[in-house]
Amino acid sequence: MRPPIHQSTTLPTTNLPTRWAAAWRSFRIATWLGWQIESNWTDPFLFAIYSMLKPLASAAILVVMYGVITNGQFQNPIFPYIYLGNAFYIYVGAVMTGVSWAVIDDREHYRTLKYIYVAPIRIPAYWLGRGVARFLTGSFAVLITLAAGVLFLHVPFQPARVDWLLFLVSLTLGVVMLALMGLVLASISLMIAHHFFLIGEAVAGALYLLSGAIFPLEVLPPWLRPLGFAMPITYWLELIRRSLLGDIASGFPTLSGFTNGQLLGILAGLSVLFGLMAAVTFRFCDRRAREKGLIDRTTNY
Amino acid sequence: MSTDLAIETHNLGRVYTVRNRRERRIRKEIVALQDVNLQIPRGELFGLLGPNGAGKTTLIKILTTLLSPTTGWARVAGYDVVREPHKIRPRINMVSGGEASGYGLLTVRENLWMFAQFYGLPSREANRRIEELLRRIGLADRIHTKSSDLSTGLRQKMNIVRGFLTDPEILFLDEPTLGLDVNAARDVRQFIREWLDAHPDRTVLLTTHYMVEADELCDRVAIISQGRVLACDSPEALKRRLQREALFDIDITAPNGLTAAALEALPGVRKAVLTDADGGARLSLVLAADSVLPGVIGVLTERAVQVRHLTKREPTLEDVFVELVGRPLAEEEGQDEQ
Repeated sequence: MRPPIHQSTTLPTTNLPTRWAAAWRSFRIATWLGWQIESNWTDPFLFAIYSMLKPLASAAILVVMYGVITNGQFQNPIFPYIYLGNAFYIYVGAVMTGVSWAVIDDREHYRTLKYIYVAPIRIPAYWLGRGVARFLTGSFAVLITLAAGVLFLHVPFQPARVDWLLFLVSLTLGVVMLALMGLVLASISLMIAHHFFLIGEAVAGALYLLSGAIFPLEVLPPWLRPLGFAMPITYWLELIRRSLLGDIASGFPTLSGFTNGQLLGILAGLSVLFGLMAAVTFRFCDRRAREKGLIDRTTNY
Repeated sequence: MSTDLAIETHNLGRVYTVRNRRERRIRKEIVALQDVNLQIPRGELFGLLGPNGAGKTTLIKILTTLLSPTTGWARVAGYDVVREPHKIRPRINMVSGGEASGYGLLTVRENLWMFAQFYGLPSREANRRIEELLRRIGLADRIHTKSSDLSTGLRQKMNIVRGFLTDPEILFLDEPTLGLDVNAARDVRQFIREWLDAHPDRTVLLTTHYMVEADELCDRVAIISQGRVLACDSPEALKRRLQREALFDIDITAPNGLTAAALEALPGVRKAVLTDADGGARLSLVLAADSVLPGVIGVLTERAVQVRHLTKREPTLEDVFVELVGRPLAEEEGQDEQ
């Protein structure tokens, strides 16, 4: 039988201000660490070149495919729909998999996960902090992609007609939602010692097809569409397109029945749902990983 | 339960369930720890001595909240490792030897500073401690070196500093000198001793499979083998157990078919271990009294075994280990690896 919990003479560490302080400390230092890792793997010149070429190359693949399939119909409203969806989808890979990648990176590459785990930090806040650097590099990639689209491919972007408030609110809400989805993935990564490298990429790849990033959900088979409607990314991308393109985006049938306010409400609701899911998943996976001895188990993949 | 105890375990056990990767239904249970009962007061340097695979690291993982036990309970700094890990973590730190962990892109100072920040140490104080500890462990000249450019031994020294940097109430050192050369291992042992002398209220739990390390450093030692604690006492008290007996090392040319079992059959021979030695073999004997020795020599003579050298010696922890386990530690490790 366990003895009763005794009252320590030292200060307790679970009162609310201390927990928030620990969470902020974890987030702040993890952000610093994430940026050091992201920016220092090569010299600054190569880093700048890589940061520009990578998003441009992936956008170029899509543009070439589109051009071949449509015989160069770049004036069709579907083109900015696809181009913007693809550009902002960069955030999915950057933020969502950026957060979850911290588990794999610390456990397999740096072998530090157990030391971080036994430190008095809030692990979810630490993971979120590790995702910040990916968010920053992702933002740069999005900007580069958008600039290339406007300058060379005539994506109809007119700053005076952009609904900036809607754009900023949607972007913020979307990034928070993606970070919370990343927390769910990170928690699951704690539990899976084998093949977890594939999780982030597999989920991001599946969502690319299911969330209307490069084609309206009507293109999907009817039995797959509900999955697309259940994904907050679908509503987020719609809001981003509407804020930047206005009427052109509203012309697509998928979510035309919803007002901007309704879409924001759905996105906020689904984000809260993912937040709750992240909390529950972390508690469960944290307990199970400790029970199964998975915290510091490496696979040497 | 006393609050003066830094660590307390009660019937602590851990069983790993391993699934067959081809046939998932087939499961195998591996007992890593069994009925471990320890009481470690504050201010003690406590050693866990045992071969690889004895359960030392499993015990440390449980006590540092990385792993849940399957039976029994454990308390660290007065808190339950399963129910209150968040209360334990600010009070502990750990270092594992024999691994090259750390962020290779960061310098030594940055690596250490970052971990100090996780523990809420003010930046100026962290930098002061980093410089002081690096100087004491002989790594001050590498403070601005990227940790990826350090040798394994130097990186291990950096990790040892990381463990001490936060001035933990209870420090867990899992084989801290594993893989270090003789000089570096000596530096680390000296560093640990000096730190404890300067912080007498701190507790260190150290695992090792080096007898000398346990003997030299630890206030008390638990000998652990196959998940069970076989004995727990100060090194002197453990060795005193054998002082009523006579210990001899006999270097011989070749055993000529002589076995340890044959010698143990002689009256008064408590333990006989035959190991290969330079150009021959060494016979380590635990005898009930000096007077048993002539009988042993007689058996050697009958088998035409030539004695090259004979020493009577004081008991060591190695002898205690052999007495308890029945085999030398090196042999025990060889068996674990099979």
